[in-house]
Amino acid sequence: MKLSQIVSLIGGKALSGSEQLDNEVFSACGSDMMSDVLAFAMDKGVLLTGLINQQVIRTALMMDMCCVIFVRGKMPTREILELADESRIAVLVTDEGMFETCGKLYEAGLGKPL
Amino acid sequence: MTQDALCFHFDVDGNNFVSAGEASVQVKKLLRQMGFSPELIRRVSIAMYEGEINMVIHAGGGEADICVDQNKVTVTLSDHGKGIADIALAMQEGYSTAPENIRALGFGAGMGLPNMKRYADNMDIQSTVGEGTTILMEFFVGE
Repeated sequence: MKLSQIVSLIGGKALSGSEQLDNEVFSACGSDMMSDVLAFAMDKGVLLTGLINQQVIRTALMMDMCCVIFVRGKMPTREILELADESRIAVLVTDEGMFETCGKLYEAGLGKPL
Repeated sequence: MTQDALCFHFDVDGNNFVSAGEASVQVKKLLRQMGFSPELIRRVSIAMYEGEINMVIHAGGGEADICVDQNKVTVTLSDHGKGIADIALAMQEGYSTAPENIRALGFGAGMGLPNMKRYADNMDIQSTVGEGTTILMEFFVGE
């Protein structure tokens, strides 16, 4: 699934990395606990979270994830966006909650075996 | 091949949660420049990142030493924090002594040490209460 498709599915907005919207992702993980995210490696993944701090971006970077989606209207700070830019990680935001956002992406086929 | 080992040293600032993980980011970049596989790089950087976070949360910071040769990557994390009283208990998933404010930041779920063990090929913990902890992790360069 392309990041651009994710933006339209979740009614989201790209705050950073709009040049990466053509990139494909194959898996996703939704959590506010970064250690849980770090427990299971996945390829070309997206991280969905309601947690706002720089460690979210660093966690995504360590996991080789290419996109972070901040849910339920949470707004990342300028410092978070700068770190994301440096790390070449796209940042999307949506007003929808975690459950709804994950549901929409799952229903559309993200993370399901082919 | 140890005579060809390249070693790097990092100080981990214990007073700044925001900067925790910067050494791991540097190591990830270095390993990439050296041409290691993405899978090995991911294992090393995730395990070291968890270790760095632990040193900041529990030990007031510490030091990270990374040595690389063609067969393996060795990460040594040492601190002069309060030490781990019961290592077997600390290794259990979900066991944590992290304070509530750290949980609110997305860590302290009791997954740090188990994650490090999961990603490392070998891990050894030496700890003395009141003196500090040294964790050695080895990652073998597979085919």
